[in-house]
Amino acid sequence: MEVRDGLRYSDDHEWLRLEGDVGVIGITAYAADQLGDIVFVEMPAVGATLTLHQAFGVVESVKAVSDLYAPVGGAVVAVNEALAGRPELVNSDPYGDGWMVKLRVSDTAEVDALKDADAYRELIRAG
Amino acid sequence: MRRTSLYDWHVAAGARLIEFGGWEMPVQYAGILDEHRAVRERAGLFDLSHMGELWVDGPEAGAALAYALVTDPPRLGVGRAHYAMITGEDGGIIDDLIVYRTGDTRFLVVPNAGNREAVTAALGERVKGFDATLDDASLATALVAVQGPRAADILAPLTDIDLGSLRYYAIARGLAAGIPALVARTGYTGEDGFELFVAWDAAPAVWDALMAAGAAAGLVPVGLGARDTLRLEAGMPLYGNDLDRATNPFEAGLGRVVKLDKPADFVGRAALERIAAEGPRRRLAGLVVRGRGIARHGYPVYYPGDDEPCGVITSGTVSPTLGVPIALAFLPPDEVEPGTILECGIRDARVAAEVVPLPFYQRPT
Repeated sequence: MEVRDGLRYSDDHEWLRLEGDVGVIGITAYAADQLGDIVFVEMPAVGATLTLHQAFGVVESVKAVSDLYAPVGGAVVAVNEALAGRPELVNSDPYGDGWMVKLRVSDTAEVDALKDADAYRELIRAG
Repeated sequence: MRRTSLYDWHVAAGARLIEFGGWEMPVQYAGILDEHRAVRERAGLFDLSHMGELWVDGPEAGAALAYALVTDPPRLGVGRAHYAMITGEDGGIIDDLIVYRTGDTRFLVVPNAGNREAVTAALGERVKGFDATLDDASLATALVAVQGPRAADILAPLTDIDLGSLRYYAIARGLAAGIPALVARTGYTGEDGFELFVAWDAAPAVWDALMAAGAAAGLVPVGLGARDTLRLEAGMPLYGNDLDRATNPFEAGLGRVVKLDKPADFVGRAALERIAAEGPRRRLAGLVVRGRGIARHGYPVYYPGDDEPCGVITSGTVSPTLGVPIALAFLPPDEVEPGTILECGIRDARVAAEVVPLPFYQRPT
């Protein structure tokens, strides 16, 4: 399963890419593979404010439902509208077109606390 | 956990394995949606060796089963099969079964994997007093199914059985890939297809022969994940989800299976006669969710706007064929008319759901 260098990772299998003060967030290839074919993604409203570890959405596959937890706190500035019609993008391109939300990060220290790619590889290797 | 004789094949094929009914079974290979579509459009191969195989044998085998089950097996012709249930005295379902008559005095009963011991125990009690024996051959018998519109084309060159004359719910003895087999035209997918009972250690040879014969037709291995979405589209209940010991056949919409007109007394008759006369207190019905999200087992169903649930979801998925969320639910008997609009509680949201006729999917004829 691909773990992309340069991204930050949460213990809940989300990735974050910092673009200025905006964090782009999705779930990892490992998480998408574990869930199987994803058929629904429920996301927050633009403008909602999330705190660290807050459940902000749901990703649902044929077999399982999984909550999405904010890897950092911040205000939602965009959600990936394409996933409403094409949730399978989370499986086919988890680090690209399968992104989920963009947050204006409120505390960059929370970004620094996330894992780097090597630490996340270690996490999934440990199972 | 038990493993089938195809376990090594599944692992080598990269299957994801789960525990199911005490067995370590493949839940998916390439992915549930791809496998589901393959069965609807071409064909899929299933390892069902976890299912039970119980033989009832003897001059009174038919009479014993007529006493033990809600159906009337003596009415089956040799080489024919029917869907059946075994209930308690209270009419609650112990398991749903397929009963095959393979000879004048010989019947094969196939229970669900997780119920094999309960069914064996109940049948064992009930055949006492009849000139019949019960033999649990489950761990000596493998079961492989090939299902889908191309199933007959794939199996035909491998068997001496004339598949053209093997009708739906019929069974014949012959060779499959040179191996002695019982081949039945039964399944749990809503498609045409075959189930092959072979000796435990013979399953890999039969499996490999079918995979090779089916390669050109697009045959793929299919796990329990797609087996569940296929059976649900076909409106077939799953024991443990839609059926259980607290459910009777009439509630499940399976009253036609109960042969109250058979001459024999049978376990559960008094209770089932009463339920048939009074009418069930709830009914299993099909729902299409008119919104986003899957209505899953245990989620509540409401009259629009009500605070208290009027029903409960027993199975739900997104229908890969129809592209909408579908579910089975227990509803008040007055609310099962197609077109009725209800609400399903999906996590924090109320989502509209419409009662629809079953099955959700019927194969083109």
